[in-house]
Amino acid sequence: MDRFAAGNVSEPGAAAGNSPEFPLKSVPLQPRKWGISMKNIRNFCIIAHIDHGKSTLADRLLQATNTISDREMMDQVLDDMDLEREKGITIKSHAIQIDYRSPAGENYTLNLIDTPGHVDFSYEVSRALAACEGALLLVDATQGIQAQTISNLYLAIDNDLEIIPVINKIDMDGAMIDEVKDQIIDLIGCKPEDILLASGRTGLGIDEVLEAIVEKIPAPAGDPEAPLQALIFDSVFNSFRGIIVYYRILNGALKKGNKVKFVSTGQEYEADEIGILKLKMTERNEVRAGDVGYIITGIKNAKEVKVGDTITLAGNTNPVAIKGFEEVKPMVFAGIYPVNTDEFEELRDCMEKLQLNDASLTFELETSQALGFGFRCGFLGMLHMEIIQERLEREFKQTVITTVPNVSFIAHTTKAETIIVNNPTEFPDPVKTDRIEEPYIKAQIITKPDYIGNIMTLCLGKRGILINQSYLTTSRVELIFEMPLTEIVFDFYDKLKSQTRGYASFDYHPIGYKDSDIVKMDILLNGDKVDALSALIHRSRAHEFGRKLCEKLKELLPRQQFQIAIQAAIGAKIVARENISAMRKDVTAKCYGGDISRKRKLLEKQKEGKKRMRQIGNVEVPQEAFLAVLKLDE
Amino acid sequence: MSGIYIHIPFCRQACHYCNFHFSTSLHYREALVKALGEEAALAAASDFIKPEPVATVYLGGGTPSLLSGAEIDFLLRQVRASYPVAGNAEVTLEANPDDLSTGKLEDWKAAGVNRLSIGVQSFFEEDLLWMNRAHNAVQARKGLELAVQYFSNITLDLIYGVPGLSNDRWKQNVQTALELGAPHLSCYALTVEPQTPLDKMIRKHIKEPVDAGLQSEQFLLLMDWLQAAGYEHYEVSNFAKPGFRSRHNSAYWKGTPYYGLGPAAHSFNGDVRRWNIANNQQYIRAIRSGTIPYEEEVLTPIQKQNEYVMIALRTIEGLELKKLGKEAQQQILKQATRHVARGLLIVDNARIRLTKEGKLFADGIAADLFATE
Repeated sequence: MDRFAAGNVSEPGAAAGNSPEFPLKSVPLQPRKWGISMKNIRNFCIIAHIDHGKSTLADRLLQATNTISDREMMDQVLDDMDLEREKGITIKSHAIQIDYRSPAGENYTLNLIDTPGHVDFSYEVSRALAACEGALLLVDATQGIQAQTISNLYLAIDNDLEIIPVINKIDMDGAMIDEVKDQIIDLIGCKPEDILLASGRTGLGIDEVLEAIVEKIPAPAGDPEAPLQALIFDSVFNSFRGIIVYYRILNGALKKGNKVKFVSTGQEYEADEIGILKLKMTERNEVRAGDVGYIITGIKNAKEVKVGDTITLAGNTNPVAIKGFEEVKPMVFAGIYPVNTDEFEELRDCMEKLQLNDASLTFELETSQALGFGFRCGFLGMLHMEIIQERLEREFKQTVITTVPNVSFIAHTTKAETIIVNNPTEFPDPVKTDRIEEPYIKAQIITKPDYIGNIMTLCLGKRGILINQSYLTTSRVELIFEMPLTEIVFDFYDKLKSQTRGYASFDYHPIGYKDSDIVKMDILLNGDKVDALSALIHRSRAHEFGRKLCEKLKELLPRQQFQIAIQAAIGAKIVARENISAMRKDVTAKCYGGDISRKRKLLEKQKEGKKRMRQIGNVEVPQEAFLAVLKLDE
Repeated sequence: MSGIYIHIPFCRQACHYCNFHFSTSLHYREALVKALGEEAALAAASDFIKPEPVATVYLGGGTPSLLSGAEIDFLLRQVRASYPVAGNAEVTLEANPDDLSTGKLEDWKAAGVNRLSIGVQSFFEEDLLWMNRAHNAVQARKGLELAVQYFSNITLDLIYGVPGLSNDRWKQNVQTALELGAPHLSCYALTVEPQTPLDKMIRKHIKEPVDAGLQSEQFLLLMDWLQAAGYEHYEVSNFAKPGFRSRHNSAYWKGTPYYGLGPAAHSFNGDVRRWNIANNQQYIRAIRSGTIPYEEEVLTPIQKQNEYVMIALRTIEGLELKKLGKEAQQQILKQATRHVARGLLIVDNARIRLTKEGKLFADGIAADLFATE
């Protein structure tokens, strides 16, 4: 392909200042008028494993095109949630429009759609990819291809995206450029010269990346005159504006004031404000086919906006939904309770607010004998659960107890009823149960051959079945297992990490339900069943699990003025027991002038700690004990 | 009425369990005594405590008894010169048994001391050695026999729960104290304070750790014995024959103002707590330049309430609900319920008191009754 072919097509409607005598970056671009031709639009995303430098590369693209000035530059501007920056992962995807003038002097609009990089969010990734024509496949020169890269790459290929391979961090010690090139060639079958080399840190190779985007990624195809068809790929909540919906227009155009309809929900809204996504939202009167934009309609609840849904005009009686839409289904369930029972209403309020900007969080009221009123929450995965818990604590200042997580089981009763079990308390009486099904996943692990043995032991111990083993290169092997999802929920990630010294990457996809021998394990404290500690687990693992859980609780429960018996039971059968002996004495000997404030401070601290405990029967249980099950091997 | 505490930060040798401020070097003794006298004048001139009669003076330490009779006389004179000390004031001096000599006892009496607090700890040699006390078992007994000839108002400190101290030996210690006629006893469970030599020795397995079970057993036995002997258990660690309670310490537990002279001494005026620098040399230097080297904290209403709850619960009077606001009363009663149910607390006549069993858990219960900011 002629490198400058695209530059030969000059558009009459293109921006002023489009003359070749101005070299790139020497003068600021003139403000571009609305209506750059579809031929000069490129919609793309970046596929990368966590920590492979996606956000840094994105930053460099913004800087190189003056989309953002150096002064405005905060590292990783696209990750704007505190939590994202701290965890170094992108949780919510965002989009930004880049004005780019090619070396040939042609002006382009590049829409960069940022995608989440974690396995919990793969549906969101797939919708973001569907809004693009191309993707940068970013691979860390020191790490090589990882499982996440491959699974997202497959999603991109499924969506017919043009792939531009880029090796990042080539300036680092330990960069294995040739080896990584071989991996990429094996994977996508490209030519060695198609692979770009870059460093997000130093800015090396950024110009070449920009050039490749306009040269290789096709311009959007679509009919600006056809009825409006726009793909929702994300939404964010703004406390002043309500929900802001991000979309990519495939066909037609959206004008300010249009009455629009969301196809899957059938809801109609007025387009109060529309525009494009610069570093900040930039209002426009019209957004046309091929472009990426935002719409504000006064929607207050994120539940009304479904990622993957299609926006059309209200008058469209025969709307065509964009394929690939799915209702996002939670994979992992857990109870969330206020630490203090009287803070339930406050928590409800916060959960509702949180759901406004995270529609993938589902929750319903539940009551626990141990914990009182709370919520049964559905999460996309364990990371999502962790994020929700942290956001409740940080953004909403809630102190919450999260109970043992579980997956969704299907129980078939002897009366031929089918019960979806999202909570151990819903688990039917074994006598009345015909059979139980549990969800399975296909797990993909990429690692060094040295760790195959450890991974095999780990996955087989987690009831996994090896489906395939293939060498990607001599030093990288891909293992595919079928495993019960519930085994991933407990302590899989940490173990995988420790068993492979971090040299393994992991991804999974649900593959349906299978019959399974699942039992309900209850925990009793001084004879009182603690429903919040019940777990659903495979019979073969129940005894060991019960024993470890009792041991862990022994560590986590503070000694009290009486003995505490911790028991694990399946039905009426006790399978494990630990005792915490009584505290014999808790009184300071001396309490005179100088002792008083020291002692008061000590007891005040103790009181603070107790505020984070729940009274169950007569036993005080600290918050962290409810998640003991996740830390059995620590 | 207020109280004056004078801290004498010197000891002949360091008891392994002690975390008070003291020095085993007597190098600055003279300068320090002088500074204490000067602080009394400086403090009286400040408006930290309202001028009101001083009901109690307490010379503590450290080991005040290692000062000479003249030094004690000097200090008490300085206090009287600066403060209106009541004629019937209780004047206590802490003494180590090995310091109890006819001469010193006479001097103290002449200087105005009318109550002795004697750090016996045990009448058994092995316990004293274990604790690294400066005196021996013979001195303990002989000293006491001498002291009762000069002072009728005497208190003894005893320590229980020391590894190796059997219930039987503990009983003999208490019995000896009773036989020698002490009308007041302070009995402390051996406490391993962080960073003390004892703490370090236990960590290094040089000494056996304390056994909380044994301590609670010996505490319960102690309560039985002293109740039978006619002593009031008026504070967790303090027992007195009628009329012999420590007026000075009782003032701490009633929240009345007190002024502490000397390094590391604490003062309290009802709202503010101050503590002097815990360094002899720096203390002396500051006092010489005319300033008292202190830090302070101003108590919030919640902190005051919590201190009241913590201290009052330890006393025979218990926590008087009427001293608290309506809301606080309800909060406290709500928290108290489960302790009442377990027989650790009694609520009667608008007072909350610890039961005998409850005294073993005074701290945890107090924390439960605390209010939070």
